[in-house]
Amino acid sequence: MTQTAKFYQVGSRAVGNRLLPLDQRTEQANPERRNALTSGHRACQGCGEALAARYVLDAAAHAVGGRLVTVNATGCLEVFSTPYPESAWQLPWLHSVFANAASVASGVAAGLRTTGRGDIRVLAQGGDGGTVDIGFACLSGMFERNDDVLYVCYDNQAYMNTGVQRSGATPGGARTATTEAVGAEPGNLFGIGKDAARIAIAHDIPYVATATVAELHDLEAKVRKAMSIRGARYLHVLVPCPLGWGSATSETVRLARLAQRSGLFPVIEAEGGVVTSALPIRGRVPVEEYLRPQRRYAHLFRGEGRPDLVARVQRLADQNIVRYGLLDEES
Amino acid sequence: MNKPFAITLDVRSSLANHTGMWRSERPVYTAGLPPCQHACPAGEHVQAWLYAAEDGSYESAWRRLVQDNPFPAVMGRVCYHPCETACNRAELDSAVGINSVERFLGDRAIDAGWRLPDAAPATGRRVLVVGAGPCGLSAAYQLRRLGHEVHVHDAGEEPGGMMRHGIPTFRLPRDVLDIEIARLADLGVTFCMNSKVTDLRETMRAGGFDAALIAIGAQLSRRAYLPAGQASRVLDALSVLGSVADGERPGLGRAVVVYGGGNTAMDAARTARRLGADDAVVVYRRTQAQMPADRQELDEALAEGVRIKWLRTIAAVGEGSLTLEKMTLDEAGLPQPTGEFEELAGDAVVLALGQDVDRSLLDTVPGLRVVDGVIEVDEAMMTGSPGVFAGGDAVPTDRSVTHSIGHGRRAAVAIDSWLRRQDPPAQRQERDPVPYSGLNTWYYSDAPRSVRPRLEAARRTDTFGEVVGGLDEDTALFEARRCLSCGNCFGCDNCLGVCPDNAVIKLDGANHYAIDLDYCKGCGLCAAECPCGAIEMVPEES
Repeated sequence: MTQTAKFYQVGSRAVGNRLLPLDQRTEQANPERRNALTSGHRACQGCGEALAARYVLDAAAHAVGGRLVTVNATGCLEVFSTPYPESAWQLPWLHSVFANAASVASGVAAGLRTTGRGDIRVLAQGGDGGTVDIGFACLSGMFERNDDVLYVCYDNQAYMNTGVQRSGATPGGARTATTEAVGAEPGNLFGIGKDAARIAIAHDIPYVATATVAELHDLEAKVRKAMSIRGARYLHVLVPCPLGWGSATSETVRLARLAQRSGLFPVIEAEGGVVTSALPIRGRVPVEEYLRPQRRYAHLFRGEGRPDLVARVQRLADQNIVRYGLLDEES
Repeated sequence: MNKPFAITLDVRSSLANHTGMWRSERPVYTAGLPPCQHACPAGEHVQAWLYAAEDGSYESAWRRLVQDNPFPAVMGRVCYHPCETACNRAELDSAVGINSVERFLGDRAIDAGWRLPDAAPATGRRVLVVGAGPCGLSAAYQLRRLGHEVHVHDAGEEPGGMMRHGIPTFRLPRDVLDIEIARLADLGVTFCMNSKVTDLRETMRAGGFDAALIAIGAQLSRRAYLPAGQASRVLDALSVLGSVADGERPGLGRAVVVYGGGNTAMDAARTARRLGADDAVVVYRRTQAQMPADRQELDEALAEGVRIKWLRTIAAVGEGSLTLEKMTLDEAGLPQPTGEFEELAGDAVVLALGQDVDRSLLDTVPGLRVVDGVIEVDEAMMTGSPGVFAGGDAVPTDRSVTHSIGHGRRAAVAIDSWLRRQDPPAQRQERDPVPYSGLNTWYYSDAPRSVRPRLEAARRTDTFGEVVGGLDEDTALFEARRCLSCGNCFGCDNCLGVCPDNAVIKLDGANHYAIDLDYCKGCGLCAAECPCGAIEMVPEES
């Protein structure tokens, strides 16, 4: 009759829980957490990026004892946190231009090393536009040189700050200001765009991972692991955007969860160019459950709908499930 | 410049920007009504005592439990646990084993010798309780806690009522009952046993009582006219159960027929098996779907070899055999005779057709009205006679120990108000229990239900020992932690974590949170990601 397994009611899924030993709770459950991105910032209600930035930087700063500098690409995160002369950052933070966050971070790391402050670590961050499109050459160079930087991309799948234009991370079928829901193939074209995490893996850098704002324990573990490694590292975090996705502000975390549970956003880890782990899907859902609450996909369900396009999205999810074995441990 | 490394702007400067101005809705922490508590006839705050048990604070859990019910060890054995039927976790995997945790706490209290909290300072008021069954004892306990002097009169030799005389020992060992009742005597309840009250007003006047509670139960077994031969044995279930409870072993013969479909019928049939009957057959005139007996009792009876004859009535009782008539259900679901008959072997027939209230005492109370065989009471459980209250099986109710304990508690509260010359507390506003859809169940760990050990069926029929065992500590803790805490914060820190604006504050020293309205933009993420639905979004006044 004795239960040998420890069981804590909500255990490893909730942020904390009074029953969990302190070392098993997340950094976000710590009332003394740093709040690297503090209150008063001007992100929209329910912003996934603001949430992810605090998650990542609190965990990274904790992992390196606060000796951390961050470099920011242009984008929502930069704009909403630092309208001059105000700053919501509670750590050293540097912004240059849209394209060069990876290069600036490389330079900061080099500078710290040559001045004997190699104990101070560097974290670069940007949105999907600044990372996947505009800053991509700089990022690839940083990877190639294996500079000692953790680059974090907060992926909300379009240029939200300038009015929701398509980026290289916008998924097929999604409506943006530049891929309108008109014509035979409404929304963004299928088969274009970039899978930044796979491209990063192809650079054979020490560590690449993906995560979402819905799996906090997983996200924090990946940040800790990244900070324990020297060299070029890449973390790609899915951050739903209520404004650009046309979703309720309270749905941000749920949508990230559904993206993972449908297989559309695989949550994985790779070391030295080899995929080493994938978060298994717990309770698989059809992609429709993820697409329906988002107005950027409303044209797929209006009137008779476009089941053919929903099926194309489903095929992408199925492909991910096969590629990473997402149903291996639990289905 | 006295600033941290590499920082040129003042840090925290964005704090001047009160983004809470954007808000059109604000999150509010609420305490919803958990369905278990809603369903509990005894009014137990189940979620509250499970919460205490979840971190191993068993004594606090027990103390929370006994605020509403002084008999956890008894309840953890005999209650038909409507709480578990209502439990939201049933939709996730299976209901929380509330009853088994209750029993664990009750047994732990007995082992550890925990005492009930002391009574409040004496009020100088005296209350007469007639009947030492679950209703009377529950009321006596609550009244005593409030500082009143309570005298319980009962015609029997020992207190307990149906818990002692109606429930077989294989479901409720008597030492457990004795210990839980003894705690009431320790608390200062005065027991006057072998003391049948025959004239209520006279007893109240002689004893100087300010109020009285009639909790006499329903002790008269209902009879049915059965054409029976001279040599046939027809008994009633209560007297069989009562004599077995007194330590006798009445010989019923090798084939025993029990007539009726309630829990008493199940207890009688299971008792007959233990008294040596090779064949114990329950005859019931309707189908299983309409049977009033609890499903668990039926299953236990079947496991012990009891047979059931559905859709049958007893037409005649002969010597060693009976004549049964087959029934059929009409469109309204009522049994109708078919004119087809069959024989069934039976040395004795035990009638379990329900019980009636003994009116002899009631007729002495002026103003008290009896309607349909039970005492008429108002919302505060007062009869038509001022200061005379009634509860338990003697008033309109579902008849169970749990309902009676709830009646006792409610009557005690009403009597207390009456003694203080106050209006009875307003009926609590009926709230809807927290629905399953109000939870975010993603966060809960998967956990199958723990099952209590049971005595092997082969060993049951030759012993009156307890059939169902208790949980050990690890398993009870596991079971308590399966609680979803519906509608009530359990300190998971989700709201603290998921706020993009750091606008949730964890308050010191406890698992409580507050919203920093200077910065809360009202996005609703905290409410959406709260596992137990304890946060509500409320519109701001425009």
